[in-house]
Amino acid sequence: MAELVVYGIVLGSIISLGAIGLTLVYGILQFANFAHGDLMTVGAYIALFFVSGPFAWIGIPDNTFGPFSFGWRMVIAFPFSMLAVGGVSILLDRILYRNLRNRGSGRVTLAISALGASFIIRMVVLIIWGADYRFYRPGILRPALKLPLGVKIRPDQILILIVVFLLVILLHLFLQRTKMGKAMRATSDNMELARISGIDIERVITWTWGIGGALAAAAGILYGIDVQIHTGMGWNFLIPLFAAAILGSIGNMYGALVGGLVIGVAQQVSTAFLLPTYKSAVAFFIMILILLIRPQGIFGGGRK
Amino acid sequence: MEIGRIIAYLISFAIMAGIYAVFCLGLNIQWGYTGLFNIGIAGFFCIGAYVSAMITTPKPTGLYAEYVHQIFGLNLPFPLGLLGAAVMCGIIAFLIGIPTLKLAEDYLAIATIGIAETVRLIFNNEHWLANGPRGLMGLPQPLSDLVDPRYYNYIYLVIVVIIMIVIYLLIERAIRSPWGRVLRAIRGDEISAAMSGKNIFNFKMQSLVFGAMVMGIGGALYAHYTKAISPDVFTPLYGTFIIWVMVIAGGSGNNKGVILGAFVVWAIWIGTRFMTEFLPYTLKARAPYIRYLLIGILLEFILIYKPQGLLGEEKKVSKLLE
Repeated sequence: MAELVVYGIVLGSIISLGAIGLTLVYGILQFANFAHGDLMTVGAYIALFFVSGPFAWIGIPDNTFGPFSFGWRMVIAFPFSMLAVGGVSILLDRILYRNLRNRGSGRVTLAISALGASFIIRMVVLIIWGADYRFYRPGILRPALKLPLGVKIRPDQILILIVVFLLVILLHLFLQRTKMGKAMRATSDNMELARISGIDIERVITWTWGIGGALAAAAGILYGIDVQIHTGMGWNFLIPLFAAAILGSIGNMYGALVGGLVIGVAQQVSTAFLLPTYKSAVAFFIMILILLIRPQGIFGGGRK
Repeated sequence: MEIGRIIAYLISFAIMAGIYAVFCLGLNIQWGYTGLFNIGIAGFFCIGAYVSAMITTPKPTGLYAEYVHQIFGLNLPFPLGLLGAAVMCGIIAFLIGIPTLKLAEDYLAIATIGIAETVRLIFNNEHWLANGPRGLMGLPQPLSDLVDPRYYNYIYLVIVVIIMIVIYLLIERAIRSPWGRVLRAIRGDEISAAMSGKNIFNFKMQSLVFGAMVMGIGGALYAHYTKAISPDVFTPLYGTFIIWVMVIAGGSGNNKGVILGAFVVWAIWIGTRFMTEFLPYTLKARAPYIRYLLIGILLEFILIYKPQGLLGEEKKVSKLLE
């Protein structure tokens, strides 16, 4: 059981990264981005492309770091993929959502457009890479470290927790200390007030998409390192992501962090009683429970 | 011979388009007239298909029961299958409506995605329920002893078209009643509708349940057409997304429009199959993805350049305003 909780924290940290991006976009643009899960998929596959393609050709060595299952190629691919997906995310905003915003379309139209975008993204991934399950490094099982309480954990999983922790700290500092971060928080609180205070809303929106996309890419790659990558992974994450964001109150980054961990632990612990394929159903039932008991989430004040 | 094949092809095209038109009518009640954001149509599709299948087939016995598990089999006639499918979908919609209809519209969307995924997972993993991933086969077809099996599709087309027209007339009648005007008021401005003393939650719930029942009938029609169902049919792509494209392309809030949308988008979908014949050999295996990509791009184009769809919304629905 202790082991399942630890694995749940690892899975939860990945969900948190995705949910933080989702909740930032939701807070500022006021619409449910159904394409967020598929941005995770794209991130994972772009890293796969770098690791197996260009980095091999230019001669970056393939050997791994000590107990980990990856080496320099992945270390370099990680930020590149985050940048690339941040770019994809901004591009989607330019092509689709901004056009719709300018035409005065409602938030539901934007959400439908995001649903369309999620299918487009997934189909492009399927056309390029096919439907097979992939690994960054096939066939190598790393020895597990033994912790107290009979918990076995792979070095990769500890590193995942550290990477998520660092990214959250970075985002926290960005939101609290920089001008753009403050502008984002102001826009999330009240867009009209932010606009008349002279904040360039379009720039804030661009940054929000960029950060959301980059975090989604990070989450996708980390999941790929922990488990494997496949084209449906992002869609399977969609329910846990929304459950985490709602649990932690929509628009609240720290809430999404906590929500992600709760959902991740609940999903892993459930595998003691249920088939592992029911993980997303577990997230779904937690979400329904929250909607029934406290729809504004644990960190939400009164209803808007 | 060649002509015969083309006609047979057209018939099967019309049957599938007609079944999709039933789903579109269901979604039109929820989205087009009430503004309810249901993106879990695949879930109702799946439940409708399975419930009707289990009502109309006998429970497997003897050796057959070793290989095929299903929780019940009633061996009842087709109309009762349709009815059961509609009732079951109505109940599920009612349950999903309770936590979500008081909240902003996105919550219903997220919850319906969840129910669709959960339903598919349950049918895939619980072998005792409806034979797991292998699904159910040999579903009976109504009036199948009247004609040679080669010509049966003609009869089924008539059945589908009749059911589609009945549902169409029913919705037209409902939407032109005071009840329908309240739905449209809710979609237009929920707060004004509430201030006029209407119980928003009850009306939304009725619309959600009504639409889901229609979707259940669509699912049942599909099951008895293909005669075999398995959980992998009811994916978000095939079961939800294409129906949304049909409704938006045809014109949300217009029943004739969404039927037109179903036929046009289904024709485009079938047409892209012919197009992929010209793909280079290496891309052949990925042809379905290319076809879905085109449908996705079509949706984005319509949303940006023609959001009202082909026919657009009917502004006047009262028979007193001529």
